[in-house]
Amino acid sequence: MNYENWLKNILDRHSAIPVTIERDWIRVTVSPNLLPELVGALTHDWIFAGIVPENDPGIQAVRLLYVFYAQHGPWVGIEVSNHDQSVPTVSALLFAADWQEREMEDLFDVHFEGHPQLGDFVLHDDHWPEGTAPMRRHSWEIHPKATEPQDLSMPRIVEAPGSFVMPVGPVYSGTAESIQFHLETVGEEIVFAHIRPFYKYRAVEKILEGQEPSVALLIAERIDGLTAFAHSLALAQALETLADTPVPPRAKLLRVFWAEFERIRSHIHVLAGILESTGLSVPANLMQALEENLLQVSGVSAGHRYLFGLNKLGGLSRDWSHAEIQTIVHQLGTVVQQSQRISDALAFDNSFLDRLESVGVLNRDLAISHGLVGPVARASGVNRDLRAWQEYAAYDQITFGIPVQSEGDGYARFRQLCQEIDQSYGIIQQIPPLLSPETPMASGVRITETGTAFGYVESPSGAIICGVSVNGQGMIERSRVVTPGLVNWHAFPQAVRHFAFQDFPIILATFGLSVADLDR
Amino acid sequence: MLWFREGLYQSLKTLTPQEEFSPSPGLTPGRPAPTAMEDAALGAICPTHALQEQERLVEIDYARCIQCHFCHQRTPGMNWEAGYHWAEMKSPGLPAPFRHSLQVRVIDAGDCGACLNEIHQLASPVYSLHRFGISFTPAPRDADVLMVTGPVTVSIKEALEEAFGAVPEPKRVMAIGTCALSGGIFASSFAVAGPVDQVIPVDIEIPGCPPPPLAILDGCRLIMGVRSKYPIKEG
Repeated sequence: MNYENWLKNILDRHSAIPVTIERDWIRVTVSPNLLPELVGALTHDWIFAGIVPENDPGIQAVRLLYVFYAQHGPWVGIEVSNHDQSVPTVSALLFAADWQEREMEDLFDVHFEGHPQLGDFVLHDDHWPEGTAPMRRHSWEIHPKATEPQDLSMPRIVEAPGSFVMPVGPVYSGTAESIQFHLETVGEEIVFAHIRPFYKYRAVEKILEGQEPSVALLIAERIDGLTAFAHSLALAQALETLADTPVPPRAKLLRVFWAEFERIRSHIHVLAGILESTGLSVPANLMQALEENLLQVSGVSAGHRYLFGLNKLGGLSRDWSHAEIQTIVHQLGTVVQQSQRISDALAFDNSFLDRLESVGVLNRDLAISHGLVGPVARASGVNRDLRAWQEYAAYDQITFGIPVQSEGDGYARFRQLCQEIDQSYGIIQQIPPLLSPETPMASGVRITETGTAFGYVESPSGAIICGVSVNGQGMIERSRVVTPGLVNWHAFPQAVRHFAFQDFPIILATFGLSVADLDR
Repeated sequence: MLWFREGLYQSLKTLTPQEEFSPSPGLTPGRPAPTAMEDAALGAICPTHALQEQERLVEIDYARCIQCHFCHQRTPGMNWEAGYHWAEMKSPGLPAPFRHSLQVRVIDAGDCGACLNEIHQLASPVYSLHRFGISFTPAPRDADVLMVTGPVTVSIKEALEEAFGAVPEPKRVMAIGTCALSGGIFASSFAVAGPVDQVIPVDIEIPGCPPPPLAILDGCRLIMGVRSKYPIKEG
């Protein structure tokens, strides 16, 4: 990785660019016209993490950080030094920035010059007219700005005779989450799918402002209940970096333990969803019973079925004896074995394979251009995993391989989930011997200095990147959570193109996407 | 594989009346219970302001409590109670014909996913809600009960009102989870239109963050008029 060369190159060419070393990242401050050049130079070797807003202490306005990280390398935040709220778009160079720019435009009223589709995204324009920009200031007052009435219908691409749009949602089948799809078709085949998300927008990042860290963790875990532990861990790690407090080794290891526990439960949940979508009700029910089994284990051992309240700033909120840990590992082993028995049998079930193989294909190029994360990316041949690339918590003490598939179809995603369950169980088995007894489970954390830091976690569904700035009183000033949902939903329409309507729910299930995670 | 046979080989997974009668901590997380104590600092402890002190007795507004354990983990701490009979009726249950059949439409009004998954778990073999004649329906027109989860966001409000309008009489609305009852931890958000009862009339409230499947099942049986406090008889 030649990140040093990159930095040197840039500095050689533009000697006036200020570079500052922050707590755990490098800040590069550029004027807006240089942004595309810098981003373009980064796109090949670096991973785009997201756009993070930050308060400019000088003039009390918002400025944007384009955050990148390198494999086993440092984090870089490109700060755009401009206060007239206009920035050239980078989504042509870096397609992964597309939705992030649309979000920033809606929430902060930053105009991205050259972006083809801005407006009506996070804030639905029938409730909040354009220019409302609720996140821009440190206030709860929302001032709608009067705008011209506009056409709020979704764009249409297909112009063939007989083409029509089939709307699905926001309220649709069973216990599905609220989201709307506009499926463009000429009959049986989905020619293009548009997504209209953010029906569930709760403005988590806004309510995090001004919160104390202990309450902020409670809010973060309710971003997505099914991956709650990963969300609170990301925020906790960012705040611990800001406080410059090390977490006790025992707590670090047990955080890995519960993070992997959550991964197994979440993957079994997705597997049950895939089986349900393919209409195989016996294995679907068996799988769901295994999920319930793990929820009960969490309830008994961690006090909450979804691990809410387990993470605490500086560590974990409870401790377990050696025997208790062994019992959990044993119970987990039984569940993993049973889920494996089901998935092994499915590999020979033609009615199942026919519905997944070569369905919902997302090739490696698309996966890279959309910056996909998590099992979905790894099923398309992109070997990307924060646990190995940016070893947080205690992952540096553990040996594990990262399974990768190459096909990128529904069956590859299914196999990926099964293999990751095995991998997670392997990680969990390594933890009990490493645990040193009689160490505190949490260190006292007090944030006294202002600043911005990043917390990053490989959640069950992919990378969570949490950028947080705090004020001198230790309260959160600004926060931004880039969730795997935000990244992976962006690519979902590409996977359903040219497949039939009956494949749609199956492809959706294999992605294992959470709407709550996207909408926040 | 012959899945049918595989299913038969499995041991019975459904909860027995005994297991339901004395649920393990895995089945229900419990919640704080009214505690006799005097502590001026207690009010500031609760992130959702659910605690009220009255004559040396600290009571809990369960519509606000998110079971974060903050008041339980400190010393002196609040008592913690097990159980799951949390549902509270605001209006009478459904008439007698509904004792054996209940069609439920679930509406996600900004849920974090936990309440929704607990509802989804009801269909798993462990709770097997079908044995009581309860089933989920995709169409509000076929529904008798609307289960609403989440704090009701501004964007979903209209869809919720429309769905409520489409459900035929007699109908009941079940608000599930602390967010649906008071907004919970999201109450202060500008993107939240308010708890469910500010949008559509609520007939039964089930607090909890999230309420465990047993509490939701208990609410259904309350609406159907077949709840019994002690071991249930099947069939």
